Amino acid sequence: MSETPLWVQLANLLAAVLFILTLKGLSHPRTARRGVMLGALGAAIATVVVFFSGIPYKNLLIILIALVVGSVIGWIAAKRVAMTQMPQMVALFNGVGGGAAALVSIIEYLESGGENRAFLVATVFTVVIGSVSFSGSIVTFLKLQELITTRPVVLPGGKYITILVAAATVAAAVWLVIAPATWLLVTLLALALLFGILFVLPVGGADVPIVISLLNAFTGLSVAAGGYVLGNVLLIVAGTLVGASGTLLTKLMAEAMGRPLTGTLFGAFNASATAAGGPDGDRPVKSGSAQDVAIMLGYANKVILVPGYGLAVAQAQGTLRELAEELEAKGIEVDYAIHPVAGRMPGHMNVLLAEANVPYEQLKEMEEVNPEFADTDVALVVGANDVVNPAAKTDTSAPIYGMPILDVNNAKQVVFLKRSMRPGFAGITNELLYDPKTTLLFGDAKASLTDVVTAVKEV
Amino acid sequence: MTASTIILATSETADSADYSQLALLTIFILSVFLGFEVISKVSAILHTPLMSGANAIHGIVLVGAILVTANATTAVEIVIGTLAIVLAAINLVGGFVVTDRMLEMFKSKPGEGDKK
Repeated sequence: MSETPLWVQLANLLAAVLFILTLKGLSHPRTARRGVMLGALGAAIATVVVFFSGIPYKNLLIILIALVVGSVIGWIAAKRVAMTQMPQMVALFNGVGGGAAALVSIIEYLESGGENRAFLVATVFTVVIGSVSFSGSIVTFLKLQELITTRPVVLPGGKYITILVAAATVAAAVWLVIAPATWLLVTLLALALLFGILFVLPVGGADVPIVISLLNAFTGLSVAAGGYVLGNVLLIVAGTLVGASGTLLTKLMAEAMGRPLTGTLFGAFNASATAAGGPDGDRPVKSGSAQDVAIMLGYANKVILVPGYGLAVAQAQGTLRELAEELEAKGIEVDYAIHPVAGRMPGHMNVLLAEANVPYEQLKEMEEVNPEFADTDVALVVGANDVVNPAAKTDTSAPIYGMPILDVNNAKQVVFLKRSMRPGFAGITNELLYDPKTTLLFGDAKASLTDVVTAVKEV
Repeated sequence: MTASTIILATSETADSADYSQLALLTIFILSVFLGFEVISKVSAILHTPLMSGANAIHGIVLVGAILVTANATTAVEIVIGTLAIVLAAINLVGGFVVTDRMLEMFKSKPGEGDKK
């Protein structure tokens, strides 16, 4: 390759600084949007100047076409995706990034023949981590999109298969560094892709967002290693920033959810069928009509609304706000209790409710709202389940054991708006549903809420 | 000092001197600390946008994809490179757009609630 002009290198330095400012900006609500703008600017600068970095122009047309095609696909996908489906979109974007990093290293290997040992190690690292991130993210996407089961998938002997594949991947990686061969690289690629799938399959429920964050950090690291292979400082800086901040973020998320990180990381290795379904189905529950619920709400002094993913799926955020306004007009105190992982990811529910113009001040976080349930007359749970499941506190065998929950069971009365008795994302039974003080209103969240709003007006 | 380090580091030759390798390692290590430091005080409601923003940043592998494709010689390499560019561009553009859409939801609160 020919010499990179100085101004191009300085432009890359500028892009690296802009990326740092992006992450910095994203740490505070007030500066977050500006941060994203700076990041996009940095990305644009880096993408333009690479064409002036002394590269040969022989494949220019196909490069530009690929660039436009990818950009358009990314743009449309990001613009079209419903806010409820945003977590799986992030997973997908992350996966293709990891895939791209692996492919870049493969080409560099094919070009250079892998004569340099240090670069070879970095190449192997990029291919393995990038591929794991790619296939793992695809499985995560399929889980969140509910195209495959959201429960932990435990294959018979899965633990041993996973260990075997992991060992084979490491062996192939080491062998490739000692005796480079293209067929070995292809084998390594296949093994790493397989490992990515096995790594994510046993993960279920609340651990899925943590895995997305972890795979995000993985992709960052593989991009950094790819940058090392190419001798490109911008890739090293950007990839490492994401790798490091992503690792810390994964840890912060795991802490926010009370999940031990090692449990997520090594779930694949010690997966012992935890899919505790429990005998349910024909136990008695108390179900009521919209009128019953309206009366309970209308004569309450204090109501706490607990929105969950089901609310978002039914696009009923606006109707819930209507109900809140209706109750407030009657002089009833209304708050929203937001669990850190309400929705599918930390902060997801805040985004969804902000979209429906729910006043920011009414959104109360878990630690703030939990003591208030004791003097709450009615807790109205709309499309949430796992985040109010007392099993997280009492049942040590439950997959969600240890996750902090909203203490809805302390309220004087509990109302669940649910589509069916189907368990939540984590796939475990919620004892609270069978509690005598619980009333269930079955149906689509939006339809049920609309009925309740109408009935409340008449109370 | 940083600029000169970077200039040394980007001298492209694969058989570059040990110093260049060391410079790359230096940049890597410093970036690790920077990555930890820069987000250490993030509030929980921003976890998702931050993850999404970081996700967009690693889409910059696009630059690497363009570099290797431009230098690709065989048909196989060009095909793989083209695929890499498409994937990386999806990551980069889609990542920034979706992050912006998330944050759009937080803006224009008339009360401008400072901190949670």
